[in-house]
Amino acid sequence: MKTNVTAETDVKEDTDLDSSGMSGESRSQWALARRRFFHDRLAIFGLIIFSLIIIGSIAEIVLNPSGYQDLTGDYNQAPSWHHLFGTTTIGIDLFSACMKGVLQDLQIALIVSVMSVVLGTTVGALAGYYGGKLDTFLMRLVDLILVVPGLAILIVLSNQISGKGNASLYLAFLLGALSWTYIARLVRAEFLSLRERTFVEAARALGADNRRIIFRHLIPNCIGTITVNATLTIAGAILLESTLSFLGLGLVPPEVSLGMLVQQGEEAATTQWWQFAFPASILLLIILSVFFIGDGLQSALDPRKNRARS
Amino acid sequence: MRFVIRRLTISVFILFLASIFVFLLVAFSGDPLAQLKLDPRTPLATLQYRRHLLHLDLPLWERYFYWFSHAIRGDLGNTIAGLPVSPQLVSHMVITLRMVLVALVFSVIIAIGTGVISALYRGKFIDRTITFTNFFFLATPVFVTGLFLKFFVALPINQHAGKILIYTDGDQSPLADGSFFHRLPDYIGHMILPTITLILATYATWSIYQRSTLLETMDLDHVLLARSKGLSRRRVLLRHMLRNALIPVTTVIALDFAALLGGAVITETVYSWNGMGSWFLEGVGNLDVNITMAYLLVTAVFVIVFNLLADIAYAALDPRIRLS
Amino acid sequence: MSENILSIQDLNVDFQTEAGVVHAIRGVSFDLKPQEVIGIVGESGSGKSVTSLASIGLLARSATTTGTILIDNQSVTTMSEKELSNLRGTTVAMIFQDPMTSLNPVYTIGWQIVEALRAHQKISKKEARVEAQRLLELVGIPQAEKRLDNYPHEFSGGMRQRAVIAIAMANQPKVILADEPTTALDVTVQAQVLQTLRTALEISKAALVLITHDLGVIAGFADRILVMYAGRVVESGLVDEIFYRPAMPYTHGLLGSIPSIDSVSSVRLRQIPGSPPTMVGTHTGCPFAARCPLRKEICLTEEPELKLVAASTNSSIGSEHRSACHFADEVVEMPVASMFPDSSEDFSEESK
Ligand SMILES: Nc1ncnc2c1ncn2[C@@H]1O[C@H](COP(=O)(O)OP(=O)(O)OP(=O)(O)O)[C@@H](O)[C@H]1O
Ligand SMILES: [Mg+2]
Repeated sequence: MKTNVTAETDVKEDTDLDSSGMSGESRSQWALARRRFFHDRLAIFGLIIFSLIIIGSIAEIVLNPSGYQDLTGDYNQAPSWHHLFGTTTIGIDLFSACMKGVLQDLQIALIVSVMSVVLGTTVGALAGYYGGKLDTFLMRLVDLILVVPGLAILIVLSNQISGKGNASLYLAFLLGALSWTYIARLVRAEFLSLRERTFVEAARALGADNRRIIFRHLIPNCIGTITVNATLTIAGAILLESTLSFLGLGLVPPEVSLGMLVQQGEEAATTQWWQFAFPASILLLIILSVFFIGDGLQSALDPRKNRARS
Repeated sequence: MRFVIRRLTISVFILFLASIFVFLLVAFSGDPLAQLKLDPRTPLATLQYRRHLLHLDLPLWERYFYWFSHAIRGDLGNTIAGLPVSPQLVSHMVITLRMVLVALVFSVIIAIGTGVISALYRGKFIDRTITFTNFFFLATPVFVTGLFLKFFVALPINQHAGKILIYTDGDQSPLADGSFFHRLPDYIGHMILPTITLILATYATWSIYQRSTLLETMDLDHVLLARSKGLSRRRVLLRHMLRNALIPVTTVIALDFAALLGGAVITETVYSWNGMGSWFLEGVGNLDVNITMAYLLVTAVFVIVFNLLADIAYAALDPRIRLS
Repeated sequence: MSENILSIQDLNVDFQTEAGVVHAIRGVSFDLKPQEVIGIVGESGSGKSVTSLASIGLLARSATTTGTILIDNQSVTTMSEKELSNLRGTTVAMIFQDPMTSLNPVYTIGWQIVEALRAHQKISKKEARVEAQRLLELVGIPQAEKRLDNYPHEFSGGMRQRAVIAIAMANQPKVILADEPTTALDVTVQAQVLQTLRTALEISKAALVLITHDLGVIAGFADRILVMYAGRVVESGLVDEIFYRPAMPYTHGLLGSIPSIDSVSSVRLRQIPGSPPTMVGTHTGCPFAARCPLRKEICLTEEPELKLVAASTNSSIGSEHRSACHFADEVVEMPVASMFPDSSEDFSEESK
């Protein structure tokens, strides 16, 4: 059984001659996808953990806006009701710091994700739709970016970041500039296969121009892929950012990120375990929950590809 | 054979492009003399001399040409300290490669093994356990795994034993000497933790992919035909499902080699290895242009070679490509 | 012990799907004697493939099966996977619809035939290769010795299907299940492959279940026909009886949709309007009622049994003329396909 995930397009459009789901079915497709998603226990687990972490971090920032840099005078305190995650060597409340780090990381990850979607979809769509020389050129570009580990490129370029005023924004753009290739490849592949399908030819025969075909017919058919990978890009961005911070590159104090906290906790890991354990666990949980959500979306939106579970 | 030659030509071309890319990347990543310039006591002559040494007084393309024409002959220039880069690169590379290659082999074995088991027992407890574990390691940053193993596994064990059972620092004992075979146990002892870390960071994606490709194979016509021939379950699994599923899996594994090298940078940092990754980090920190470029170029070569191997493996595994 | 080589009694197959339980097969029964050829026809989704897959124990995991399937007096439904693999190939073999996908692309044709041979016979690779060559020659592939070393993609569609037939014959099975063996092929090739199948049957003395939705294919081939609709057998009988005295409106419709060569002028192509019901959940009444031009009150409330057609001329056991229609005895007297509207203008809605 073939299921097409499509956006809700205007049914009455004369060019929507599609035979494969670009019509009234689309609404029920979404309903079905939603039902599948909410029946997926791991996805729900991910969604709950993710929401809890976000609610916690927003609440903490609202209630205690400068908590992540206030010196409490309690040095190296083990977790207690007063300091949920304990305190650091210089007396900062670790819970506050972690929550601040979460927000910082998510903010970066969101920008990266949006950038990847925009860049990746554009490049993938152009390459897949027009093919030929443009395709070859764009795909070579992608190959080129993939030829050197993204981390190494970031390490080299992070010299540019440190010391800049809005380092986090700059870092986000850098990560975004490196993260779009995956979405580009997937969108291109879908375009290549969709291009030949009857509904596109029908639309073309009816005089729809390229822009219209791309935006009304092809991109809606890729929404599933794009959504899933936008989610996974968030996880990837957090991973990369925390790794850079751990290396002491990228963000520098007074900014806070989870990777930085882990790195600071490393020194004291054996004696003051909480300084390592809490930032590391939060980091892990947030990435894990985003992966679960992404995988849940994948199997909900595109049941043909049983990505990790089925 | 023609196929291999064609792929080889493309690879060389990509490598050439990659060298330009790497060069530009480094050229625009910062001024190696920035610190020197900031210091008001630096005599202008020194500045100019240093600039001349680094060819910064030449136009960009001439600099590239100079670097490239030397690089091609294996001369990657000098470090800031004035030592030739190439020998340093080789000695660090050997250290890194022995970790990366061992990790690669084990990751592939573990990934295929768990992927197959998972697919075979789809939906059962063991499948769910494997899948959850895969996601867990997929979500854990390399440095977290590394630090955890170091501080919360290896150190307590060592403490408990009262002596070092598992090495947590360095790629070899500082005073080790004797023949290669004599030192082998020492090498291996130092490799255990970093390699495990790298494996855990790598295998999960492949395992997940192996499982899903196998499951997709399960309902294919040719698998049904194979079963209708009366073959044993085992034979159908190995000869008709796994054999075919290996084709896409090989490609994915080869494409991930870049990530493996990236992971090695972190592992080396965590376990204070003196490999290529930490050498590179140090080079970047010192704004040592030639070290940085050498590292990037060499990783690009590795990645391209692996892609080439993947193409060849693909052709070897799939007669439709081999014969076309 | 019965003399039937394949005997299916009250087979029911359900699939668990997201949309609910699909009742793919509902109470199908039929017998196949040694060397007999039985044709199963019906529109897409009527359960033909599911019936054949069930007979060889290859249904997807999401299927639940009840009823009995005996092949050579052995119960397929209760066998272990190991017993099944002993049975497959030797007693029952299968030919699939699409020869493009049913051979493994990564092995040579010869390898795949040899594999089939050596799965059940204790012979050396060399002997197996000789035998494989003989099989390829039998199914009419020229230069068989050279062709053994070709990969599937170097074969044309027709040749691949011949190779699949060779694999099916490899261990002299007693029953061959052919699931639309020619549907995916060019019209010109279809006849040749059918001829190959016929030769194969003559040599191996196997019985055949020939599935198709093309009555024309069956006409000159089968002894008996089962017509399936919505997971049930709705009519069965000898070929002549089904063709000339169909006793179920659905069969009339099917017959109307084959262009008749000898009466081009008089009978035009007719279509059955509408489409089969979904098989999710339960229905009341005759499943064909919604599309039936002869529909009466009772059709909507009571599902007809598959019962003997009174006016049947043949009464030998196992091949009686049966129909699942409340009005079978009237329908059987009507001229073929006359009850459906002429559909020559309505070409686009062709139902496959
Ligand atoms: N694995 C499955 N899961 C769920 N439903 C299935 C499965 N296999 C078959 N079905 C359903 O069972 C019904 C009968 O399918 P079957 O494949 O037997 O039809 P068919 O008569 O062979 O049609 P065709 O002429 O298209 O081959 C269909 O409604 C189909 O959707
Ligand atoms: Mg079928």
